[in-house]
Amino acid sequence: MECIDREELRKLQGERLAATVKREYENVPMYRARMDAAGVKPEDIRSVDDLKYLPFMEKTDLRDYYPFQLLASPKKDIVRIQGSSGTTGKPIVSGYTRNDVDIWSEMMARTLTAAGGTDEDIVQVAYGLGLFTGGFGAYQGANTIGAMVLPMSSGNTQRQIMMMKDLGTTILCCTPSYATYLGETIRDMGIDPKRDLKLKAGCFGAEPWTEEMRQKIEELLCIDACDIYGLTEIAGPGVSFECLEKHGMHINEDHVIAEIINPATGEQLPYGTPGELVFTTITKTGMPMMRYRTHDICTLTDEKCECGRTLARMGRITGRTDDMLVIRGVNVFPSQIESVLVGAEGVAPFYMLIVDRINNSDTLEVQVEMTEDMFSDTVSHVENVRKYITDQIKSVVGIASKVKLVAPKSIPRSEGKAKRVIDNRKL
Amino acid sequence: MFIKQISVFLENNPGTLREMTELLGKGGIDLLALSIADTQNFGIVRVIVHSDQIDSAMKLLKEGGYIAKINHVICAAVPDRPLGLCELLAIIEQAGLSVEYMYSFLRKADNGSAHMILRLNDGQKAAQVFDMKNVSMLSQEEVDKL
Repeated sequence: MECIDREELRKLQGERLAATVKREYENVPMYRARMDAAGVKPEDIRSVDDLKYLPFMEKTDLRDYYPFQLLASPKKDIVRIQGSSGTTGKPIVSGYTRNDVDIWSEMMARTLTAAGGTDEDIVQVAYGLGLFTGGFGAYQGANTIGAMVLPMSSGNTQRQIMMMKDLGTTILCCTPSYATYLGETIRDMGIDPKRDLKLKAGCFGAEPWTEEMRQKIEELLCIDACDIYGLTEIAGPGVSFECLEKHGMHINEDHVIAEIINPATGEQLPYGTPGELVFTTITKTGMPMMRYRTHDICTLTDEKCECGRTLARMGRITGRTDDMLVIRGVNVFPSQIESVLVGAEGVAPFYMLIVDRINNSDTLEVQVEMTEDMFSDTVSHVENVRKYITDQIKSVVGIASKVKLVAPKSIPRSEGKAKRVIDNRKL
Repeated sequence: MFIKQISVFLENNPGTLREMTELLGKGGIDLLALSIADTQNFGIVRVIVHSDQIDSAMKLLKEGGYIAKINHVICAAVPDRPLGLCELLAIIEQAGLSVEYMYSFLRKADNGSAHMILRLNDGQKAAQVFDMKNVSMLSQEEVDKL
């Protein structure tokens, strides 16, 4: 499938698209309403060329129709829920049928295979296992290729390294920043990866990284470091993956159709032109997605890869069309922080987010202005207010932050779109 | 029984305390007592001024963009000798009260006793206990004369 003739692939995509659109129209009131409003009938969608007539989906749609209103299958057929952060308080969730879990497993199996994985390998999963798709995705992919899975989940670096050494892990799956941290810790402990470890490759994703980081990880761990891409709305990690050529990520095009659009007009752009990446799922049955706008900016190419795969490739994500931040692999929207502050009594809605990367780990500082209501003459009271805000942010955003109380009116007010983020990471 | 204290929020940055004291000083405010509670993230400055300067101090601070509040604290006289403070703390402890913060006056009274400004978890109860145990507390008028 990965080396399929592109004409044949296009034909297959068209058939699967038509069937998916029909399913969506018949089972999901939102899709029916949107298509009716756009004047499109399921019968109008016969090939990939017809994709442009379909309406777009946004992350806010997953919030508005949370949790089950976008299901295109009966609820009893849903066997898994995964989730990630939404734009405001509530997370977004995706429901998977057994078919969808299998598709996702297949995508991740291809991902691991492309990084050199076989049933001889020991795959250490150091992505978080939970609602976050990273851990389960890697676990399922390794399971599918018959590798030995080490489901470590994230954190506990000393234990990760001990198991890696004792069991002889050959493939590591985690975020690129954690891979760097593991690599540096391994070096600090005096472990020589060449002599003491059996690592050969890593599949790293869930956050943006650079060629320089790749080089660093490869040197620290003596491995091939491959980039992977994915999102909960579409499946999870493995939507696209790098082969050992490391020249762009192959998109699993028999399961999804990728488009690049002009974010301002929604118009399709040709291969090679940078723009916003849009995905349409064509095999999912639980919660299929029609022209889902990722807001990630990149380019696509359909040139055949040296590895022999014909699947189109996407380049590194070079930016966002919205203000989403990826911090420690977690999607963070400034609007989420705002919703916490607006919701907390006596707290001013002015804030500034300072993002940095210190010792290969992302840090988030939230500056909040002191108000009359928050202030008291005792430290314990003010600390409690600070802790309350910190806890609220953690529960909504899902990551720890450092809340810094600043003087009133010290955060710049602006007429138009306020600048709310200072990202000091060199990415 | 209780005296007025002004507390001010400061960012924990170089120069913030000087700026605030400069603002008050230039406005002719005389600081009778001052304490700073600082954490890694922020600071709380507490000051005692003469009662006729409280309003103008608050006005200066508000206009200067500071968050400031007036609180009520106890000002207790402590014999200026070894164990003087300890005896006061023993009374507080025996009454099951706890000290949230405490600092001392810059000036001594004519009779030589020192004065501590106290914020306890239960101010009313503390005042009763101090009364009973003959701990002398300064009124606002007495503080004004310091």
